Amino acid sequence: MSNEPVVALKNATVEFKTEGSLLNPFGDPDVVRAVNDVSLEIGDREIVTLIGESGCGKSTLGRTAIGVQQPSSGSVSYRGQDIWAARSGGGTEISYSEIRPALQMIHQDPGSALNPNQRIVTSLSLPLRRWQPELSRPERMERIHALFERVGMQPAADFLNRYPHQLSGGEKQRAVLVRSLLLNPDLILADEAISALDVSLRVEMMDLMLELQALFDTSYLFISHDLSNARYIAEKSGGRIAVMYLGRIVEVGTVDEIINNPQHPYTKALRWATPNLYGDDEEQPPIRTIDVPDPTALPTGCNFHPRCPNAREFCVNQSPPEIEANDDGHPCRCFRADEDHEYWDSPPVSSDSDDTLSAGGDHQ
Amino acid sequence: MSDPIFEVRNLNVSFAGSRGTSRVVRDVDLDVYREETLGIVGESGSGKSMLASALLNAVVEPGTTTGTVTYRPPDGPAVSVLELSEQELRRFRWEEIAMVFQGAMSSFNPVMRIRRHFRETLQDHNRNIEAGLERAESLLESVYLDPDRVLDAYPHELSGGMKQRALIALSLLLEPQVIVMDEPTAALDLLMQRSIVSLLEELQATHDLTIVFITHDLPLLTKLADRLTVMYAFQLIETAPVDAILYDAAHPYTRALLSATPDLDVAVDEMHAIDGTKPDPVAEIDGCSYHPRCPLANEQCVRTDPPSTSHSEQHTASCFHYEQAPAAVPIRGDDLAEADR
Repeated sequence: MSNEPVVALKNATVEFKTEGSLLNPFGDPDVVRAVNDVSLEIGDREIVTLIGESGCGKSTLGRTAIGVQQPSSGSVSYRGQDIWAARSGGGTEISYSEIRPALQMIHQDPGSALNPNQRIVTSLSLPLRRWQPELSRPERMERIHALFERVGMQPAADFLNRYPHQLSGGEKQRAVLVRSLLLNPDLILADEAISALDVSLRVEMMDLMLELQALFDTSYLFISHDLSNARYIAEKSGGRIAVMYLGRIVEVGTVDEIINNPQHPYTKALRWATPNLYGDDEEQPPIRTIDVPDPTALPTGCNFHPRCPNAREFCVNQSPPEIEANDDGHPCRCFRADEDHEYWDSPPVSSDSDDTLSAGGDHQ
Repeated sequence: MSDPIFEVRNLNVSFAGSRGTSRVVRDVDLDVYREETLGIVGESGSGKSMLASALLNAVVEPGTTTGTVTYRPPDGPAVSVLELSEQELRRFRWEEIAMVFQGAMSSFNPVMRIRRHFRETLQDHNRNIEAGLERAESLLESVYLDPDRVLDAYPHELSGGMKQRALIALSLLLEPQVIVMDEPTAALDLLMQRSIVSLLEELQATHDLTIVFITHDLPLLTKLADRLTVMYAFQLIETAPVDAILYDAAHPYTRALLSATPDLDVAVDEMHAIDGTKPDPVAEIDGCSYHPRCPLANEQCVRTDPPSTSHSEQHTASCFHYEQAPAAVPIRGDDLAEADR
């Protein structure tokens, strides 16, 4: 194996265009930049967690990282090999048939990820039949059985013969996890993989993912909107947390850097939004508007300025570059991370209302 | 303090199915106090949504509800909810008690503008439309929505969080006394959940509301509720003020649930999953329903279902061994309570 990261995104941008409407077929299409100039590397046996609100582009970024969504510009590579160059074929160092099984995915809703008309065993054999046709049927079954027992689905033969509706949510999620691991992938994209589970089952599922990671040397890109889950799995594995807002990664760092020394006001807002069992944090939300702006008409300057409690006039016009945080040097897209920035001489933006919160969402 | 607006006694809900009868609410006794926020917490499939439906006599066919649910309005005689006629129920629901469900997405008719939802609600309950729509506008403003834009919008034009807030405004339109919310924030982002919770606190104060809030999300509930009741396997196993649950939980299941909850302030190795799996609704477990998973279970628990006993004032729990529970299932609240002393 090379020293190249499992997956590296370089200045990746993904744009989606809406079609012209029926009444105005030649109008300018709305462009949504779901992922905006993101660079991110995921190393061997590393867990990177990606957090942010719905619609911030975290799923699109995840899909781009495993090579199922083509970036509009920028590149995504697997162990140094550009995935889309390999996909279009032609004498690349690592072929696409090597890349595809190495990058796997678990979806949020395990119920719809399993064919309701097929027994679990059929759903699980398909990827092996497709990618490892040299395996005999007994060999395939042996591998599936061993892994099923490993994730605590015992007796495996009983579970494997059931249909998806005969399994609970947690059991279905385990079955899907097993399916993604059967091909011994290098990276698994877990897109809100535990969000549909009860709070009381999440720790168990994350522990299982960590156990299997140790066994298979897999990396995870773990997407969640819940900071406490992201922190749990990242801290237990020594991984990183990346915070995403409207297509950009606004802050990335170790658990300690993000949880204990957050620089970006958005990271702080997410931390506020994560209720703790113990502790009094009853104060008002540290955001000015509840709703996320319309992604087809992004705010000028820093995308977060209409909601940011610390926004100044400077933020309205200037988009913050990646700045190293003063204390520990983790990258962050907020002027406030730099103590000597001219942001500090700029006047605060005037709030539209006296309330701490206002009707936001300039949709339409 | 003990001025109950709802008194629930010996409530049972069951469904006859091909595998036998599922008893999805079992022997529930519960008081809901006037103008409090009561949180009902439990894992999915513990029966909490059925309990909520039974409060409104809204259990769907072929389910059967037995027991008594008494509603005491601020003025006028007490109402026995399970004995109301269809017509009386129509008035009772939404005018006295409103319900907000998880899927705000499916609570609105997709081909009707939001305004018409408000207008029809007023019409059906014979209210003055003009005054009602004015009230709707101020309610929408109080949930941080722009009334002009939202009333003219179709449901699909609003984000999930906006729809959920519009639904909360709609539920308050006829000035109900009680609002029952079943996982109202589960499909939303944390930031939106937390914002809605602070908003509910304000609404409760302005409208003198009693709120029954049902969720599996214990941390969120502790930010909003005055009292919590914990549901396990279709029974209420512990009821107490929030702090008593957090710092002095008596039932081993409540304690296991607290330590299984991901929490930013707790060291990762102090969080533990709950052993075992939750019971089948068709299964009749002898004795305590938690005994197959409980570290303290002994012969007595296998034979006898523990009665609900008073642990302290306002704090009841159904466990024979609550005195040993802190040693067997430690929670972070133990140390914090100790440090306070």
